[in-house]
Amino acid sequence: MTDYIYLAVLFPLIGFLINGLFGSKIKNEKITGGIGTAMVGLSFLVVLFSFIETLGLPADKRSRIVEWFTWLEAGGLKAAAAYQVDQLSLVMSLVVTGVGFLIHIYSIGYMHGDKAFWRFFAYLNLFIFAMMNLVLADNFVLLFLGWEGVGLCSYLLIGFWYDRKFDKGTVADASKKAFIVNRIGDFGFLVAMFFIFSYFHSLNFSEVLPLVANSELKPWVFEAIALFMFLGATGKSAQIPLYVWLPDAMAGPTPVSALIHAATMVTAGVYLVARTGIIFAMAPTAMMVVAIVGLCTAFFAATVGLVQNDIKKVLAYSTVSQLGYMFLALGVGAFSSGIFHVMTHAFFKALLFLGAGSVIHGMHEQQDIQHYGGLKKYMPKTYITFMIATIAIAGIPPFAGFFSKDEILWMSYANGGLFFWIIGAVTSLMTAFYMFRLTSLTFEGKERFDKHHVHPHESPNVMVIPLMILAGLSIVGGWVGLPKVFVGESGNWLDSWLAPIFKDATRKIAHGGFHSHFEEYLLMTLTVIGAVASIMLARHIYIKRPQIAKDVAESFKGMYKTLYNKYFVDEFYQKTIIDPLVGLSDKFLFRFTDAKLIDGAVNGTAKVVSFFSAHLRKFQTGVAQFYAAVMMITIVGALFWIILSF
Amino acid sequence: MDFNLSDITGYLPLVILAAVVLISLVIEMYIKSAPKILPWLTVISFLGLSYQSLLTIGKPGSFFNNMLATGGHVNIFWFLFNFGGAVVALITIDYLKKTEIYHGEYYILLQSSVLGMMLIAGAKDLIMVFVGLELMSLTFYILAGFARKRLFSNEAALKYFLLGAFATGFIVYGLALIYGSSQTLNIDKLYEHFTFESKNIVGIIGLFLFFAGFAFKIASVPFHMWVPDVYQGAPTSTTALMSTVGKAAAFSALIIVVSPAFGKEKATEILTPLVATFATLSMVYGSITAIMQTDIKRMLAYSSIVHAGYMLIGLAAGNKEGIDGVIFYLIAYSFMNLGAFGLISVLEGKEEKNLAISDYTGLGSKYPVLAGLLALFMFSLTGIPPFAAFFGKYYVFMAAIRADLLWLAIVGIAASAISLYFYLRVVVVMYFGKDESKFEVTSSNPALTGIIVSALLVILMGVLPGSIIDLIAKF
Repeated sequence: MTDYIYLAVLFPLIGFLINGLFGSKIKNEKITGGIGTAMVGLSFLVVLFSFIETLGLPADKRSRIVEWFTWLEAGGLKAAAAYQVDQLSLVMSLVVTGVGFLIHIYSIGYMHGDKAFWRFFAYLNLFIFAMMNLVLADNFVLLFLGWEGVGLCSYLLIGFWYDRKFDKGTVADASKKAFIVNRIGDFGFLVAMFFIFSYFHSLNFSEVLPLVANSELKPWVFEAIALFMFLGATGKSAQIPLYVWLPDAMAGPTPVSALIHAATMVTAGVYLVARTGIIFAMAPTAMMVVAIVGLCTAFFAATVGLVQNDIKKVLAYSTVSQLGYMFLALGVGAFSSGIFHVMTHAFFKALLFLGAGSVIHGMHEQQDIQHYGGLKKYMPKTYITFMIATIAIAGIPPFAGFFSKDEILWMSYANGGLFFWIIGAVTSLMTAFYMFRLTSLTFEGKERFDKHHVHPHESPNVMVIPLMILAGLSIVGGWVGLPKVFVGESGNWLDSWLAPIFKDATRKIAHGGFHSHFEEYLLMTLTVIGAVASIMLARHIYIKRPQIAKDVAESFKGMYKTLYNKYFVDEFYQKTIIDPLVGLSDKFLFRFTDAKLIDGAVNGTAKVVSFFSAHLRKFQTGVAQFYAAVMMITIVGALFWIILSF
Repeated sequence: MDFNLSDITGYLPLVILAAVVLISLVIEMYIKSAPKILPWLTVISFLGLSYQSLLTIGKPGSFFNNMLATGGHVNIFWFLFNFGGAVVALITIDYLKKTEIYHGEYYILLQSSVLGMMLIAGAKDLIMVFVGLELMSLTFYILAGFARKRLFSNEAALKYFLLGAFATGFIVYGLALIYGSSQTLNIDKLYEHFTFESKNIVGIIGLFLFFAGFAFKIASVPFHMWVPDVYQGAPTSTTALMSTVGKAAAFSALIIVVSPAFGKEKATEILTPLVATFATLSMVYGSITAIMQTDIKRMLAYSSIVHAGYMLIGLAAGNKEGIDGVIFYLIAYSFMNLGAFGLISVLEGKEEKNLAISDYTGLGSKYPVLAGLLALFMFSLTGIPPFAAFFGKYYVFMAAIRADLLWLAIVGIAASAISLYFYLRVVVVMYFGKDESKFEVTSSNPALTGIIVSALLVILMGVLPGSIIDLIAKF
């Protein structure tokens, strides 16, 4: 099946074309939704069969390039529509198509009755198409096509309900913000590509990456490539300083938040850094930057998550924070742990968002958790699945999140040092706390909504079944990467599976230092105990003594306000970057450069050209004799010239 | 003369098309339902032949004492002529009915002209080029005057015929000089014996006269003056044929006969500046004059002159990239112009109404599909990616830069910038003009099929230019 891997990319494109071109004519939700979902399902099957086939191959034969067709060729640059099927891209594709398929099913229920139901599925399919190109590409150009494609779909889907209000502006504002902030990151990615092309004369992974390890180039080249590439990653994966778009991206329909802004697209940056791991391994400073940015983002976003009241906002900041963990892992050289967390996070965060969607659906579009409470008796299935995901993200064994997060924390201690571990562990405790604050306020305690007008109800099966499947994955998903301290060096399946991809990079980094098993057990036990304690604290405060929360907020008023307003980062950007830029554009670029300089030049040229045009057309007399005379004169003139040149 | 029956698979398309012409004549004379049969017979045989041409693309062969060759570029051209001919036939079906000029000869002449084109592209002998050219040109003269009762159509045919005969005179005189200086008309032998040194001034003048005659056929300035009058006056479906595959056929002759002379001592020194001058004049004059046009067919006539200039850049570059680029460009240009003229023929009313650009005001809201397609072709003609012409231009400009003709590429880019104005004016009028269009369009399913196929090809060539240029460059 690997030879036909392009089918996995093609199916969603077909779905997009059918729904995009004919969706408005078909109208029937069963058909449009069915086509969109089936195409992603087929794509998943292709990937799955290819995965099974690859499992049967020996480790050194698992990486293959399937060339489909030459896409563009210009000078020394050759970019093919060619797909790199290997351990890393298969894991990513399985997550993208698998979780994507479940979310498509869920969307059939969630988007039921929407006036642009078909458009939603067309965009979702286009997204899967772009994302599959991103993770399967064998060269930077095709990867960039996917990169921009997912950015476009993200923009379209955030702005899906473009006519609605959101926060202080409109949904359209949120989608524009996402797009523009991403452009800054794209700029970094492009510069990194230019660097690579000018030093390696190719943009194919198979030609560039093997050369890196033994390259004689100056270290600063790799530092520059890695830092610019990381700038791209911070844009797409919502890291400091470019994370600001992700909380606003919650303006989109909830399945979109689950698919694009939690499970798949936002992990593209992580994938990019992992794929080019060898370049980062050659750039120690850039690695340090990645680790520190990841750590800071994880910590900072978790503190904001503690006090938010919008159910999706809490989850959004939680996503930013978890992405920070992934970059922490990459920064300390634990590439496979980063990918491991991408996978488990995809399961439980998709589940959390879909669960939140189910709650919002049942509560008539209410998103403020202060107006929830006691919902578990109304929507038991949503409650149970949501709890499973919450326990998973809180890091309680044997749920999925525990294993991946524990691996990251341990690697950050082993390769980074105690400081990294402490901040990481504190973040993990905050995660447990805010997540249980969320569940307690939503599902337990007093019912704080108006019972006469709001009638909470469980969602239909088409929405609940994906929740159950994801709940199952949130439990068992972590078992592919059991800690080495329990099962020995080769017992961690995922790590051994991914090892060939990262072997050059890990060899280059080669952190020495011996750590005893005792240390690992100790740290693991500490985090688990801490997580349990935070859970109990959160449940105690928000179920039994809500007064405590109010008192604390009252006595630390300044800090509470800072956190609630997300450290005023948006306001800061507005004042320091956006306002000056808009001012400059308006006064200088628009009124002077564009209106006077450029328009003047353009209009001037146009006047000159029209002047000539008006006169030249007089040659066209319509008299055939004149035409023949012109031909004759030309010939005679040319002959003279030829004879004279001899 | 060695004549081998087993060779027939190579030139089978020619035999079949000739047979189709004869059968069509009989059908037209004796069968009453000929108006129903002939169009579809034409479409089907063209499609079959284009498929056959692609099938045998990898099998080179030469026939009749090296008069004709097949395989490689020849088959690519054959594919283009036949497929383009099929699209023209589809456009023609309802157009002839609408304008009330149906006569069965139209399809027979269409088939004959394509036969002539195929002879030109497959020629290995200068006489064969000439025979093919005459077959094509004579049918074009008749087709241009096909609307017998319309003054413009008659005028177009007569002008085309007079000036065409004049140009043919140059070609024949050129052939005589070439023969006189090399004692052969076979193209391969010609380039074995031909000396390109200073003493062979006669041969090089012969080559130039040959080029000049074909410069008339491809509509290059200063041999372009017939183009606006004829394109405007001829029935739109005829214009579609002449301006696309007809031009491609003339270019194929230049590629076969003139392009091998480049890179050879004195010939390059003489011919390169001449061809480059023709290219420059075509691009500059065509694009500037097009701006003032109010009639859409006339505007596209000037556009055709500009594109001839772009393609001459590839010829002037004189390297393999240039030739491959020209072939790519010809395919791209043919299909976007076929689509554009096809749409014009659909929108055209009786008695040549609705042909002014201003008539298209507000078309975007009234006929979104037709307007969308026309906008697509306009974007492509401008050279905006991801449509075909962008890469066509890219390949010929690159070839020019490689051949140290950077200035020519810069002229080409400047002309593209000017051409933006007159192509996008159509789009602006359609979408931003106030909706006051008063005419009704009688839709035509066959024509629309041909147009959509052209649009798909234009998109395909813009999305996958790499695969197509690879195929062309292989030979």
